[in-house]
Amino acid sequence: MQLYVVDDNISAKTGAGTLIVIPALNEERSIGRVIAELRRSCPQADLLVVDDGSTDQTASVAAQAGAPTLILPFNIGVGGAMRAGYRYALRHGYDSVVQVDADGQHDTSYIGALLLGLRDCDLVIGARFAGEGEYCARGPRRWAMRLLAVTLSALAGRRLTDVTSGFRAANRRAIEVFAEHYPAEYLGDTIESIVIALRAGCRVSQTPVAMRARTEGTASQSPLRASVYLLRACAALGLALVRRWDLS
Amino acid sequence: MTAYTLGLIGAAVTLLVVFEMLRRRMLREKYAVFWVFLAVLIAVVAVFPGLLAAAARLTGVQVPANLLFFVASLVLLAVNVQLSTEICRLEDRTRALAEELAMVRLRQDQAERSGAGRR
Ligand SMILES: Nc1nc2c(ncn2[C@@H]2O[C@H](COP(=O)(O)OP(=O)(O)O)[C@@H](O)[C@H]2O)c(=O)[nH]1
Ligand SMILES: [Mg+2]
Repeated sequence: MQLYVVDDNISAKTGAGTLIVIPALNEERSIGRVIAELRRSCPQADLLVVDDGSTDQTASVAAQAGAPTLILPFNIGVGGAMRAGYRYALRHGYDSVVQVDADGQHDTSYIGALLLGLRDCDLVIGARFAGEGEYCARGPRRWAMRLLAVTLSALAGRRLTDVTSGFRAANRRAIEVFAEHYPAEYLGDTIESIVIALRAGCRVSQTPVAMRARTEGTASQSPLRASVYLLRACAALGLALVRRWDLS
Repeated sequence: MTAYTLGLIGAAVTLLVVFEMLRRRMLREKYAVFWVFLAVLIAVVAVFPGLLAAAARLTGVQVPANLLFFVASLVLLAVNVQLSTEICRLEDRTRALAEELAMVRLRQDQAERSGAGRR
């Protein structure tokens, strides 16, 4: 149960009723550090690790660090894991959810900025390329990101530069949408979820963040797969735009 | 062997296999009905080849066997699409169950831990 006092002090207020959801797949080497970092930068927020059928010690490392952990019996992808997180948040009455990667790429000191963005928006994306940090993509992967950014910006009526970012904050309204519809499709957890939020009438904006290079393990993208990624991104975006969802 | 006997054997084998699978509870009636219907249809076409010839004339297909192949492949395509949607539905359900299971497990875990703490 969440009990919190509404306070005029910003830092207390941003932490109130916030659940930080950390989707994790085989991140035993970084999850502990991420949890410790979150405890330091957002002491008021509650944590929830969603271990998605990891074959390593992710769940027990998270439990040892004292974070409540949803242990999925098998891998259902980031989309399914996040839907579980949003359902958990809705059931426990949280009024905002922040999604943070378990690999340590997200700088948790930006969480306050994301939450501030929720004052006049329902979903705030932490965007690279928006002035902060040095992350830079090239070639087909960059074209894909541009195409996605341009299309979704037009839909949102606001500039969105990094729609595949997994660093984001959602308020109650978006939580309600995502607890019901969080797609398991390829790229569904990033692109399609934004489209769904927009189609459900949520206001989506972004705030600049810096991202670190992966501290452990390898990112899921290799240069060779970038072109395939471009094609699949186009398909995913097209489908997201025409798919029927029962959005009330 | 004539097309006639071949068709009849095909229909009989289909019926036998479907029956045996039903008996072993490997197939539910819901799915068996369709295959039985198809086997009967094959038998009818085998016994009355005139039906196929007439249908070919009606549709303007010159070789009746081609009409048979065309219709057969359409039917198999339809069955596959239907099965794919069925699998999608099952996947959606297992995903929802996995999410619920994880949540129940966490709640139980927390209850046990707080219970142990109190004791
Ligand atoms: N729940 C869940 N999390 C995943 C899965 N695949 C990756 N993740 C997590 O999602 C986050 C981002 O993954 P990553 O491979 O770093 O993606 P990238 O940063 O976009 O390259 C990390 O915290 C991963 O542990 C999955 O199948 N299920
Ligand atoms: Mg990453």
